Amino acid sequence: MNLQLVLEQILNGLQLGVMLFLMAAGLTLVFGIMNLVNLAHGSLYMVGAYLATTFYRWTGSFVLGSLLALPATLIVGVIVEVVALRTLYERDHLDQVLATFGLILFFNELIAIIWGRVGLFTDLPQWLSGSLDFGGGFSYPLYRLLIVMLGFAVALLLWYVVARTRIGMLVRAGASNRMMVAALGVNIRLLYTLLFGFGAALAGLAGAMAAPIYAVQPGMGEQILIQVFVVIVIGGIGSIRGAFAGAIIVGAVDTLGRAFLKPALATLISPTAAQAAGPALASILIYLLMALILALRPEGLFPARGH
Amino acid sequence: MAEALLLARGLCKSFGALRASDNIDFDLLEGETHAVIGPNGAGKTTFIGQLSGDLHPDAGTIRFAGEDVTSLRAPARARRGFARSFQITSIYREFTALDNVALAVQARAGHSFRFWRRAREEDVLRDPARRVLEEVGLGARAGVLAANLAHGEQRQLEVAMALATGPRLLLLDEPVAGMGSDESQRMVEFLSRLKGRQSIILVEHDMDAVFSLADRISVLVYGRIIATGTPQEIRANADVRRAYLGDDVQLAWAHAERR
Amino acid sequence: MRSRARKLVLLAMLALLVLVPPAAALLHQLFYVDLLRRVMIFGIAAVSLDLILGYGGMVSFGHAAYLGVGAYAVTVLAYYGIHDGLLQWAVAIGGSMLVALAIGAVSIRTSGIYFIMITLAFTQMLYYLGISLDVFGGDNGMRLPERSQFFGLINLNNGTEFYYLVLTILAAVVLLVQRLVESRFGMAIRAAKSNEARSRAIGFSPYPYKLAAFVISGGICGLAGALLVNHTAYLTPDFMQWTRSGEILFMVILGGVGTTAGPVLGAFTLLVLEDVLSGWTEHWQIILGPLLVLAVLFAKRGLAGLLPGGRGG
Repeated sequence: MNLQLVLEQILNGLQLGVMLFLMAAGLTLVFGIMNLVNLAHGSLYMVGAYLATTFYRWTGSFVLGSLLALPATLIVGVIVEVVALRTLYERDHLDQVLATFGLILFFNELIAIIWGRVGLFTDLPQWLSGSLDFGGGFSYPLYRLLIVMLGFAVALLLWYVVARTRIGMLVRAGASNRMMVAALGVNIRLLYTLLFGFGAALAGLAGAMAAPIYAVQPGMGEQILIQVFVVIVIGGIGSIRGAFAGAIIVGAVDTLGRAFLKPALATLISPTAAQAAGPALASILIYLLMALILALRPEGLFPARGH
Repeated sequence: MAEALLLARGLCKSFGALRASDNIDFDLLEGETHAVIGPNGAGKTTFIGQLSGDLHPDAGTIRFAGEDVTSLRAPARARRGFARSFQITSIYREFTALDNVALAVQARAGHSFRFWRRAREEDVLRDPARRVLEEVGLGARAGVLAANLAHGEQRQLEVAMALATGPRLLLLDEPVAGMGSDESQRMVEFLSRLKGRQSIILVEHDMDAVFSLADRISVLVYGRIIATGTPQEIRANADVRRAYLGDDVQLAWAHAERR
Repeated sequence: MRSRARKLVLLAMLALLVLVPPAAALLHQLFYVDLLRRVMIFGIAAVSLDLILGYGGMVSFGHAAYLGVGAYAVTVLAYYGIHDGLLQWAVAIGGSMLVALAIGAVSIRTSGIYFIMITLAFTQMLYYLGISLDVFGGDNGMRLPERSQFFGLINLNNGTEFYYLVLTILAAVVLLVQRLVESRFGMAIRAAKSNEARSRAIGFSPYPYKLAAFVISGGICGLAGALLVNHTAYLTPDFMQWTRSGEILFMVILGGVGTTAGPVLGAFTLLVLEDVLSGWTEHWQIILGPLLVLAVLFAKRGLAGLLPGGRGG
């Protein structure tokens, strides 16, 4: 186990972490403020990935394709909110879960009809496909590095908007007291729709970024969705800070576990046993972490204030 | 002298900067009815929450029948003989009145890890429940869904559930709140029949009810008990009058005094 | 009156189910025996979920976990040459109860949306665990070497015998759950669902009762898993896929939460609907998805609400 490998895996963990954060931020905002559980959030991630890939093919520009995917996913999100989810705000969580479960089936099949069941693969443009050399024999793929930086930039921007702007104030006030915000003359309905669209765009961004490095295929949204649930449970529901901390922790634990658990186990037990147990343990590590944190802090690490 | 049935010493509870309970001493003698009054926001709900075990005090102790119960949660205290009614009616709305009370009897009758026999066919649960319903005047309403009872009847049902647990201590949180004058008069009459047989802590806004039922009254203002005494003593207490000045309770006060 | 009507409906359903194999044989449509056996197995799973959902208010989005544990228990034992059905099924039930105890102990401390997400996440964990078990086929799963054996008394390779065994178990489970929810235990969990603060105030600690219900429910669902793997004769981690949990949840909702026959009706409706739709088009889920959304939005009371005496109890 050398230092380069460790550094590389840490960066990989950060890269997974910021993608999880982009997903978790939208989901937790929508839950914290609109009290809506949206299982179909993963579908928006999938839609973002497919649209980005398609736009890239049409325009020939990766950046333009990804940029176009954001408003497009936002629009898809707004349509979903207006057509299906709006009626669910007053329903209990069970109804929301079931209805959005139905939406997932719909979206997965729709994607399969349009693009087929076989995954799409995208090659990065030349200028993004290289690695950055840090010297000392350590280099890291440029694109993944870009994801990390973009993720942190979005996190910073989100923090600024929620903590420092009028919109953010409304959003925070809306979370604790809907009646009050309505009394201020704010159109809650519109605010909710926009907020949902914004969350969709974040998911779309995560999807667009994922497209060149993960398989783009129907059902890709659910895999990440359940990891995002783990993030939210660990971080504390409805809290952006918690989503960020949870995402980085889950990203790191999952990545490092997959990379180092097997060799680490091999020093304790026989290599063949480690060969079998390592991957199994690595794949359930984040869930064990979730159980541990729940046992110690049932509300998560950063429970939202005012709850 | 024997120790009081309930003995609270130095109870403190803060929510952020708000001191909702500020070093409260309180006791209840066996068979006594001890009322707690105070203006809105005085901390009555917080106080009763600590007594029932729903809130854990920041400091202080609560002893019940000689045992320290401070660290026990609500269900454990209930099994030791605490029973309460809630300020906002709290019943099993989807069950009949008789079911509600039978559940209270069942809670008293030891653990409920009994999986086969139908609870609704167990006379040991249904008979005592029927008796208590008769006692509070709901005998004819036994088969009605609790949600469909009138508001006053729901309050009666709540008291019935408290009684059905065979309590040593009744915590009544505004039992006549929201009742019409007829209903509230009936409730007061009923409670006065319990008086002496039951040890009761009564938190109430209605001064008529308080002055006609209480053996002793404690006045809670801004989280502190500013006075404890017999109804006569409390009426004569200058501090108490000042605390209530400007509150619309003043009117009820004058009314209570005329009686 | 109502309970009498309910009994009649249940007996009518039972009679219909008893008549399926001879009717299918008469019409040379043995396929239906297979379909309804599957329906009844999922009916058992749905009834087990309804015990905690309909009566305990616990929305488990992870009941596929116990299907999986039950199926793995049978297959793993068979893989090592143990084919005794009683032992296999006992391990399936016991193992599921243990897993339910572990998952329940953590998740019942929470409520609402946390509970939903946590049960979902733990089931996904078991799913990944199943995938990573290369000995038992990993991702692809493996054939069940031999169906469970019962000293030659019942032959599960005979479709009709297996059918009647499943029917008997379903009837027993429905009866058991019905007695459970009317017992003191059942009243205690229903009371906690109705008003937890009131329950605590009269001296019920909801936690142990809810946990016990969760464990019983897991055990019953584990038995359904043991049946399911005998039905398919093939084990796959897909038994534990999260969509499976969603389907079981939908069966309960479609049929009617907190009803005796509802979950079985729901299993029937969903599986037959899937069967019919998938006969029409490869892309049947694009129809099923919106149908499910509409069902949630407009048919809250479930199918059992349409039957005489279906509600209540």
